[in-house]
Amino acid sequence: MPPQLAAEPDRPDSAALSFKRHRSLKEQIIGVVLFVCAAASVLVTVGIVAVLLRETLGFFAEVSLVEFLTNTQWTPLYVEKNFGIMPLAVGSFLVAAGAAVIAVPVGLLTAIFLSEYAGGRLRGILKPLLEILAGIPTVVYGYFALTFITPLLRSVFPETDVFNAASASIVVGIMIIPTVASLSEDALRAVPHALREGAYGLGATKYEVSTRVVVPAALSGVIASFILGISRAVGETMAVTIAAGALPNLTLNPLESIETMTAYIVQASLGDTPHGTIEYQTLYAVGMTLFLITLVMNVLSQWVLSRFREEYQ
Amino acid sequence: MSPPRVPLGAGGRGRDRRRRVAGVMFAVACTAATMVGVVALAVLLGDVIADGSHRLTGDFIGSFASRFPERAGVKAALLGSIWILGLTAVIAFPVSVAAAIYLEEYAPSNRLTKLIQLNIANLAGVPSIVYGILGLTVFVRALSLQRSILSGALTLSILILPVIIMASQEAIRAVPHSLREAAYGLGATRWQVVSLQVLPMAMPGILTGTILALSRAVGETAPLIMVGAVGFLAFTPTGGVMDQFTVMPLQIYNWISRPQEEFHELAAAGILVLLILLLTMNATAIILRTRFRRHH
Amino acid sequence: MKNSTSLSASLTVVIAIAACGGGNGSSEAAGGLTGTVEIDGSSTVFPIAEAVAEEFQIENPAVRVSVGFSGSGGGFKRFCAGETDISDASRPIKDGEAADCAAAGIEFTELSVAWDGLSVVANPANTFAQCLTVEELRRIWEPGSTVRTWRDVRSDWPAEEIRLYGPGADSGTFDYFTETIIGETGAIRPDFQASEDDNILVQGIAGDGYALGYFGYAYYAENAGRLRLVEVDGGNGCVAPSDETIEDGTYAPLARPLFMYVKHSALARPEVKAYVDFALQNAAELVPSTGYHALSAEQYQQALAAVAAAAGAAR
Repeated sequence: MPPQLAAEPDRPDSAALSFKRHRSLKEQIIGVVLFVCAAASVLVTVGIVAVLLRETLGFFAEVSLVEFLTNTQWTPLYVEKNFGIMPLAVGSFLVAAGAAVIAVPVGLLTAIFLSEYAGGRLRGILKPLLEILAGIPTVVYGYFALTFITPLLRSVFPETDVFNAASASIVVGIMIIPTVASLSEDALRAVPHALREGAYGLGATKYEVSTRVVVPAALSGVIASFILGISRAVGETMAVTIAAGALPNLTLNPLESIETMTAYIVQASLGDTPHGTIEYQTLYAVGMTLFLITLVMNVLSQWVLSRFREEYQ
Repeated sequence: MSPPRVPLGAGGRGRDRRRRVAGVMFAVACTAATMVGVVALAVLLGDVIADGSHRLTGDFIGSFASRFPERAGVKAALLGSIWILGLTAVIAFPVSVAAAIYLEEYAPSNRLTKLIQLNIANLAGVPSIVYGILGLTVFVRALSLQRSILSGALTLSILILPVIIMASQEAIRAVPHSLREAAYGLGATRWQVVSLQVLPMAMPGILTGTILALSRAVGETAPLIMVGAVGFLAFTPTGGVMDQFTVMPLQIYNWISRPQEEFHELAAAGILVLLILLLTMNATAIILRTRFRRHH
Repeated sequence: MKNSTSLSASLTVVIAIAACGGGNGSSEAAGGLTGTVEIDGSSTVFPIAEAVAEEFQIENPAVRVSVGFSGSGGGFKRFCAGETDISDASRPIKDGEAADCAAAGIEFTELSVAWDGLSVVANPANTFAQCLTVEELRRIWEPGSTVRTWRDVRSDWPAEEIRLYGPGADSGTFDYFTETIIGETGAIRPDFQASEDDNILVQGIAGDGYALGYFGYAYYAENAGRLRLVEVDGGNGCVAPSDETIEDGTYAPLARPLFMYVKHSALARPEVKAYVDFALQNAAELVPSTGYHALSAEQYQQALAAVAAAAGAAR
């Protein structure tokens, strides 16, 4: 908080007057401009919600919420219309779950390695490498999934479809390892050394200290990193569009083709469906669902972080 | 930090051996896990280089897309990416930095400010395709900007706005209070303090954050599929910001979609060009960061 | 601060370049045409449009041609909204779409540019399904179909699951196939891999031994090594699409014309007229190179005359 400003230098008689009363016009204008820029961020959120809501409400005027949530088929573009979000949502979660299976253990163990085992120099090499992994565009991961992972999978499991969920899961998992690892590592390093030293003093091994003292102490941050990683996996678009398929399919078999919510949005927009039709509105209904799911997960991760954080002075 | 050498033995020989073995296995597991990330990166880069490096020639960069793989190149896409990069920077940078300045220097600590902060943190986690929907509805259709570079740049700007704001806030926060207080003590106005003292000191951090955010924008495909999405485009955007466009990730996606091997090789070569572009940008950011850290 | 100034300087330069945008001016610059031509529509026709655009731009480098593939339906939406100059389609314009265009005051000319033998395609490893009757195709693809395996089609075929691939609902090929084979446009079973991008379908079928799909012949021709044509029996025995069978009409009912719809007001622009003329003059060469069947020379001459008339009326 800036202190009460003294007056401008060319007003020597008003040294004791408060900032507010003696703001020049220029200062006021600048303040307003800056506020507007900050408020622009709120405008963006309002925009997203308004845009999605408008068409979604139109969608739900035609399609009941019950059908949307319970119908197991998604066929909005054909003559026989079904509007069940389940195949798309399950597709998204199937990919995200597979990604979590990879990223959660690998990310956490990587974080423990960086925080508890690795020396400064090793960390100085590994952290940038992880940052590079995080910075690779998702379309590259899609390429990798289609041209490397899928053929590999098919040689091991010949019944795998050309477009399948597992390929996408694997690359999305690799993609979010850095997210999980760096957020977990931040949480682990925030645990005070005193806790560790106390445990060592009692004769614990490094393994015991890491798993029974440090991780539990940093649990809120670690779990928050998992939730954020999964949220990113659900929102991922290009890798799944390229590798996972365009077949709304209510299945838990990762070797089959599926369609995720994000891939459907891409497919619907490529076809350039006309305004005002129910097909056009499905794009927004699915977008709204996606937005709400990721929003809930992000808010949840922040809540976990704040609510369960152990306070150390 | 390594554990002090406390002799194990209190619990009996067998248990100690188990604990030691468990310790070793865990250490191996952690190292292996870390290697997963590194190995994945190596395999990915190796795959792309193996597939595409032989197509990475001067012709490749200088040619437009073509239905014949031998003739195809990334000229339109590369220039489109650079154009969109510039335009996005011009739009996003001032607004984001202004917002960060407001939040750090001007905002009273009340509910509204907390709401804005929370809102920005949430926006950073919204999937990029939702921004694509926003861009399609507001810029392409409602504002009738059509599928132009301007629509694309505006969409990307909104996407990276929260990222730059948060990075700038951190940079501004890192400026020591003593600097501000000294300036206020000399009778400077708030804007003078900000523009003459705080911003110059925070600028390297702000620029680093901006460049990193821009490099993320360059790699984005999903929002631009919705706002751009041209199938065949063999010209460079010289007519201005209302031109149609394509960018590197879109061209790569286009080539990946084609079933012929040659186009996959072209996609790999395109990926290499994109990665080199990103590497350059990130290296610039890191150099900036270290160079100015040394000065202070 | 030196770096801030140089950054602001470069930003200023970028703004200047960005601001120096002209409009879509079209004129005959010294030595060549300038301007833009915007084309969207059928992914089936896309290979032809792409070939024409590429060759045209080599001769007229200052003209900016862009070709999309939103699908015949998507193309017409944009066309009747005034967003595109030319709409490619693998089916004729529907009455509703024509009404939309009329309501928007958009006059157009329909030009036939090629013939397509819409191809039913399987994987080369599939050696048993050499031929399918129209009736069998309908049974496989119709809504509510109970066909799950190849054995459900013919009892001596393997009991392996049929995996289906086909164009999405915005595709003219989709409209044509569902109307011709199933009998109602848009009526189809929902459980198939759908994509507006036929290349994705090729990838899927090429990788899947028991797959079955359909798309324009050009996409088969481009990938003949990794796909197998299925002959279609429309009542005259098993026929494969080829230049002869399309010409003499025996590849029925899946032989169909491919169209280019041109906006009259766009023809007033020299670059658009030049593009359309170029397309029709070189179609005899470019169309076969994509795998489709070219029309006769007289038919292209007639099309050129129609364009000239429309352009004259537009001015």
